[in-house]
Amino acid sequence: MSDILSTDKTCVVIGASHGGVNLAFALRKEGWQGKIILFDADPVLPYHRPPLSKAYLVSEDAIDKNALKSKESYEKDNITLQLGVLVSNINPEKKNITLQNGSQQAYDTLVIATGARPIIPPIPGLKEAKNVFPLRTAKDVSNIRAALHTSKNKRVVIIGGGYIGLETAASLKKLGVAVTVLEREERILSRVTAPVMSTFFQELHTAHNVPVYTNKNVNAVITNNEYNTVSCSDGSKYIADLIIVGVGIFVNKELAENAGISIENGIKVNETACTNTKDIYAIGDCTYHYNPHYQRYIRLESVQNAVDQAKVAAAAICGKNPVYNSIPWFWSDQYDIKLQMVGLSTGYNEVIVRKEAKENVFSVWYFKDNELLAVDAVNNAKAYVIGTKFLKGGQKIDKTKLADAAVVFKPNNLLAEE
Amino acid sequence: MAKITFITTEKEEITLEASTGSVMQLAVDNNVPGIDGDCGGVCSCATCHVHVAPEHTAKTGEASEIETDMLELDDNANEYSRLCCQLEISEALDGLVLQVAESD
Ligand SMILES: Cc1cc2nc3c(=O)[nH]c(=O)nc-3n(C[C@H](O)[C@H](O)[C@H](O)COP(=O)(O)OP(=O)(O)OC[C@H]3O[C@@H](n4cnc5c(N)ncnc54)[C@H](O)[C@@H]3O)c2cc1C
Ligand code: FES
Repeated sequence: MSDILSTDKTCVVIGASHGGVNLAFALRKEGWQGKIILFDADPVLPYHRPPLSKAYLVSEDAIDKNALKSKESYEKDNITLQLGVLVSNINPEKKNITLQNGSQQAYDTLVIATGARPIIPPIPGLKEAKNVFPLRTAKDVSNIRAALHTSKNKRVVIIGGGYIGLETAASLKKLGVAVTVLEREERILSRVTAPVMSTFFQELHTAHNVPVYTNKNVNAVITNNEYNTVSCSDGSKYIADLIIVGVGIFVNKELAENAGISIENGIKVNETACTNTKDIYAIGDCTYHYNPHYQRYIRLESVQNAVDQAKVAAAAICGKNPVYNSIPWFWSDQYDIKLQMVGLSTGYNEVIVRKEAKENVFSVWYFKDNELLAVDAVNNAKAYVIGTKFLKGGQKIDKTKLADAAVVFKPNNLLAEE
Repeated sequence: MAKITFITTEKEEITLEASTGSVMQLAVDNNVPGIDGDCGGVCSCATCHVHVAPEHTAKTGEASEIETDMLELDDNANEYSRLCCQLEISEALDGLVLQVAESD
């Protein structure tokens, strides 16, 4: 305990986004009295990422409307923000980090919250193409907005039918832009949802005049003076004034890797978010962590995971014995559809769909035998909270009752008879 | 300008002033304990749960369906519960008193 009350200790955090920022404030709440210094290569006051592909993309708002916290709130909690500063090295023996300009910063405790960066696939011609953008940062959004502004024909091709690609398509459509989504797999969202959800979203986009084509393996991009032509291996071609790439991420693990920290599909951490190296923690998208609920190591890209690991790491740094035991949750907004997900569906062998009377209100329940693994709730917060309750409590569900919309949607009505 | 008072779970009273934005953002920007606003204000996280002082429910109006649904199984929810990311600040909220809800 003396450590956390000591004012001459320094906690250094690399990465000031959902993970790093929440860690800093949680540390103060836990009683850390020493210095807290957050470093981030991004020069912008830390902001919420989820709106980047949703409301913010097509608004005229400045990014400060999306700030995680006001500038004053950092000052109030005596948290130092070093923005626009790239960290280039970690030295665990000397307990310091090196910044891009060569200067060093010593730490007593280090937290790595470096997140992830978008993959730009090695498709011939893509790098050289005109107006190609990933979507991860505020800068990416301002680049996309600016390119749209100056583009005459505003034809957008999105490579990748994951949540970011689909949200981006829905948002841009609101601006009246012509959008096409190209997905390599045989269905969109194939790694994260059941076919019934893929079909629902495919039809949703089609109904909004956004064609979503599957089995489209983009294999070349050719650019002339005016536009790009995106070619797929089946011979189809799409014209694009802008190309937005949403095919997944690489974990920012190199700093940790070079410092000899254990890596496995991400920075490997235990249930207190600690790495295998003394006084070095890692949180958020960059971690490969143990989830006790599902009894396996996982990597997650979600606000929930970044925030919950931040709280766990803060408590651990302050001498408590917290355990990361969260059930993952996530959301996605497309057009007037709000999707809320809880749990992890990997490994399911049965899916129950419950449709409510109202149009476009339903939920998809993933089971492995009799064990509930996850719920996808569409415009159905009720299903989301009921699913959460069952996942936390572990009670068995009567699947026949669950599927029957005439059964009033309350946890007690869905219990399986013992 | 609207003056809004938060009463924390530790019974601390914090009065803040603003003219625009959501009540959640006001609380987060001023480090009001117990209001995290993790989802950024889109009714996905319920970390911005407050109880409106009973005499002030006319100022705030009623909770929307998604707010009620998100809080339905929350042991700390009651008829005065709101997700304060859904409360847009305006003159109408001047004098509002909100109790920050406990979280389980
Ligand atoms: C468009 C988009 C939409 C999303 N929508 C949702 C959603 O609806 N719901 C949801 O739950 N999640 C969503 N996510 C995912 C969510 O944003 C991430 O899970 C979350 O941002 C992870 O936070 P993090 O702090 O771990 O990492 P990041 O947010 O990736 O932050 C890492 C930070 O570290 C910095 N950094 C990295 N290396 C260095 C270095 N060497 N030196 C200095 N700084 C460095 C980076 O600049 C970055 O700011 C979305 C993500 C995107 C991009
Ligand atoms: S901020 Fe997430 S529900 Fe209000």
